[in-house]
Amino acid sequence: MSTPVIQVKDLKTYFQTPKGVAKAVDGVSFEIPKGGTFALVGESGCGKSVTALSLIQLVPEPAGYIAGGEILLNGRDIAGLTEREKRAIRGNKISMIFQEPMTSLNPVFTIGDQIMETIRLHQRKTSAEARTLAMEMFGKVGLPNPESLINEYPHRLSGGMRQRVMIAIALSCKPDLLIADEPTTALDVTIQDQIIELIREVKESTGTAILLITHNLALVYRNAGTVGVMYAGKIVELTATKNLFRNPMHPYTVKLLRSIPGGEKRGKALDTISGTVPPATSYPAGCHFSGRCPREMEGCASVYPELTERAAGHTVACHLHDPEFMAGGNSKPLRHEPDALPPLTAPYAEREVLLDVRALKTHYPVRKGLFKKITGFVKAVDGIDLTVRKGATLALVGESGCGKTTAGKSIIQLIRPTAGEILFKGSDLARMDERTIKPFRSLIQIIFQDPYSSLNPRLMIKDTIEEGIKVLKPGLGKAERERKITEVLDRVGLTPDMMYRYPHEFSGGQRQRIGIARALAVDPEFIVCDEAVSALDVSVQAQILNLLKSIQRDFGLSFLFITHDLSVVEYIADEVAVMYDGKIVERNSTVEIFSNPVHDYTKKLLAAIPKIDEELVKLWKLPGK
Amino acid sequence: MPVILATDLIVYFLVAMIVYFIIGAGKEGTVKTAWSELRKNRLAMVSMVFLAVYVMTAVMDCVRWRDPVLMTSGEASRSTDGGVIYSPQALSLLDRAASKMRLNAEKTYSAPFSDHLFTKEPVELPDGRVVRDYPKLKFPGTHWLGTDKVGNDVFFIALKGVRTGIVIGAGTTIIIIPFAIFFGVVAGFHGGFIDDIVQYVYTTLSSIPGVLLIVAFMLLFGNSGYQGGLLSQKEVFLRIFVPNDRLFWLCLILGITSWTDLCRLIRGETLKLRELEYVQASKAFGVSSPGIIYRHIVPNLMHLVLITFVLQFSGLVLAEAVLSYIGIGVGPEMGSWGNMINTARLELSREPVVWWNLFGSFLFMFALVLPANIFGDAVRDALDPRLRYR
Repeated sequence: MSTPVIQVKDLKTYFQTPKGVAKAVDGVSFEIPKGGTFALVGESGCGKSVTALSLIQLVPEPAGYIAGGEILLNGRDIAGLTEREKRAIRGNKISMIFQEPMTSLNPVFTIGDQIMETIRLHQRKTSAEARTLAMEMFGKVGLPNPESLINEYPHRLSGGMRQRVMIAIALSCKPDLLIADEPTTALDVTIQDQIIELIREVKESTGTAILLITHNLALVYRNAGTVGVMYAGKIVELTATKNLFRNPMHPYTVKLLRSIPGGEKRGKALDTISGTVPPATSYPAGCHFSGRCPREMEGCASVYPELTERAAGHTVACHLHDPEFMAGGNSKPLRHEPDALPPLTAPYAEREVLLDVRALKTHYPVRKGLFKKITGFVKAVDGIDLTVRKGATLALVGESGCGKTTAGKSIIQLIRPTAGEILFKGSDLARMDERTIKPFRSLIQIIFQDPYSSLNPRLMIKDTIEEGIKVLKPGLGKAERERKITEVLDRVGLTPDMMYRYPHEFSGGQRQRIGIARALAVDPEFIVCDEAVSALDVSVQAQILNLLKSIQRDFGLSFLFITHDLSVVEYIADEVAVMYDGKIVERNSTVEIFSNPVHDYTKKLLAAIPKIDEELVKLWKLPGK
Repeated sequence: MPVILATDLIVYFLVAMIVYFIIGAGKEGTVKTAWSELRKNRLAMVSMVFLAVYVMTAVMDCVRWRDPVLMTSGEASRSTDGGVIYSPQALSLLDRAASKMRLNAEKTYSAPFSDHLFTKEPVELPDGRVVRDYPKLKFPGTHWLGTDKVGNDVFFIALKGVRTGIVIGAGTTIIIIPFAIFFGVVAGFHGGFIDDIVQYVYTTLSSIPGVLLIVAFMLLFGNSGYQGGLLSQKEVFLRIFVPNDRLFWLCLILGITSWTDLCRLIRGETLKLRELEYVQASKAFGVSSPGIIYRHIVPNLMHLVLITFVLQFSGLVLAEAVLSYIGIGVGPEMGSWGNMINTARLELSREPVVWWNLFGSFLFMFALVLPANIFGDAVRDALDPRLRYR
């Protein structure tokens, strides 16, 4: 057997922080053979990206440093190289593509300049040769008309095309290893599919080894040969992809897998992991997952489980699979969560129409010239009809730029629509002014996508939630308002004392809960969830979805769920409307749409979702008795 | 007989603001949390002491009154209708406290802490011979920063410059900030027609060369004003309040020409902020525009305002120097660092160099601008909840 392209042995990357040493990567070992794909999965903050940065020798210095271990590229240790030697490796032997194609290209250079820069940096080529190679690379990654494209600036390209350019740049020097750090997260579903397909083709034709970093487990299932599940700086399970999905052994892996939403889980709660990843400065002495593990035993927090082969080609770091440990006195379970998940369904009795949108149009004028003459319109929303029933969820799906967010904002009157009717309980919101609409403001609310920009960083949580109550329920006194805030915080799973804190003290999931609490505080009947779970980790996403379902059940709420994530739609929505270019192309019940799509676009959308076989889902059981 | 200049009001306003914040620091609220945060920062506290000394000096220099003209008998002289005659010179508290420094003048230049003049003169020895030598000073060793061409104490002149510096810095900022915040936020938040007008105004203003505008303005309004020193017949007639103060016009025109930069910044930031989701959430609650601006926009702009204030402060003190250089700054009788730098220009070309005028103004400006920068940064951090609990 030839030497693997990259061998990582007990890699430790630490960061010096005011709170102490943060062990972002704390002893990680893996190897990738030529032409192999290795996937690193885990929640955010587990050290996946830092591992990648360590490989390419770009750990931000001086705060971060490689504290130990070896990184062997074709058998040669690259950790101790000089900066000059490292530069010769970066982009040449190891290259990387990033998550955000919108910002990873420099806007003031043509894409041709940018790829040729890399080529000429690492290869002895004349500019004409580099140009030829650049065009060849563009052709290889499926970009149309390389001859004209080479002179284009990045802003003229769509996100998918930019990601192709990034891949072309990354591959231009025929690297031995390509690191793909969340390469598709920022892209639309159909584009995601194409990019993944492209990476796969490239791997097969060039034999480049790939390190795929992602939190999308379905993507891993489809593309990786070997998977390492990373948790709190360590790999906790390492095996062939087949094995992992057929027989996940670590409780963390099982939990992660079971938190993926999907059609087969409709009506049931999603599995969640309580708590958050511990900060890298203070890991538990024993298993890092102790404290969150559903099968924790007495010795788990103090004894560290080594990563050991427990089945053929299947290594896992968990005491549950260690017969010696299980026979000892430390194996008394501390908690034992049941395997079965509780049902979580909203009562579906009331089916009356709450919101009826008819022929809604929102056009933005395009103004030009000195006197801002209107020269045309951008038809963001161009005549859509929607019906939301009481206690039900309507999902509005579509790719970015199709106008779904504008539609949502038009419905709750954050943007004034151009034409059409928005009948909420029979009254037309579109014809109301700011004064007459006020009684409806408390009934219709919105939850946003980005948990980081949805809360004012300078206001305490109390003030943020109180704002709406003050405006919409002026009759309430100070004490009553406080009681209400306590109540909603409690409802979304936060403690009342948190109201005196500022947003930056919370994690993404907690902030999203606060956003939900803010909307709930004014007793709404209808909530627009604008990509409300898209920015969250899969485990946190599951918590928020469960929360949304349970408040829907308890308060009889209706949701308009705007999203591009179809597995979430399949799990949560009762009805689906597919939007394309400002228009609704298909409307039906979720089951119908997923089993029997009619419109071509819907078919294309559905085909692009990376899916895990349904039979496998039934196999995911927590280990232990 | 007290005399109040228009620019004194600026200093009084500054003091009133400080008092307001001290009272605010006693009550629960943003100011109190910011203050308790600020107190942990030792560097900021040291800077605050420096700033306090400057403000105190400026305040002392703003309390002034005219003394009666005394007769040799010691009585106040009276005019024919029996009214007391007051001297046309109004001396401030600072002048009176430092009267020794003010009055102990030498003949001409002398180096800091020196006991003799800087230039050689014919000196008559006790035996009657006349030699060229450095004459002894009248007050040897008392001039910390030496004396200037006419023998005045440089330290005292620099001390008088404190008021001018503070007035220019604070006065101009008091004009800039409300203008910039109001127009910037309104333009950015509402957009459309209002935005067009505001942009038009500041683009026009900033397309006129600043110095040209300032010169024209000062020649129109500032020239007839009180320039420091003796009060003119007209100002004596006004008795207490002297509205036409050249420094005041200077603040005004500097304010008018320099609010545009901050306004542009604020407009841009507001454009960004108004699309943020917490502002959208507020709109979904039906909160009024002023409410959103007050709660969500302005607090998130304050870092820009503070940074600009601190950077502009030093710029303004320097602008005063430039304007004095072209002869439209404050009058030569009113001590200012700009005037000192202006004089230093010729002194630096002497051989040997007379360096202490420049050094004095540098020292005083440095000891004001550096702490102001540090303090401004500390205040910005203290106001930001994200940086607390570290």
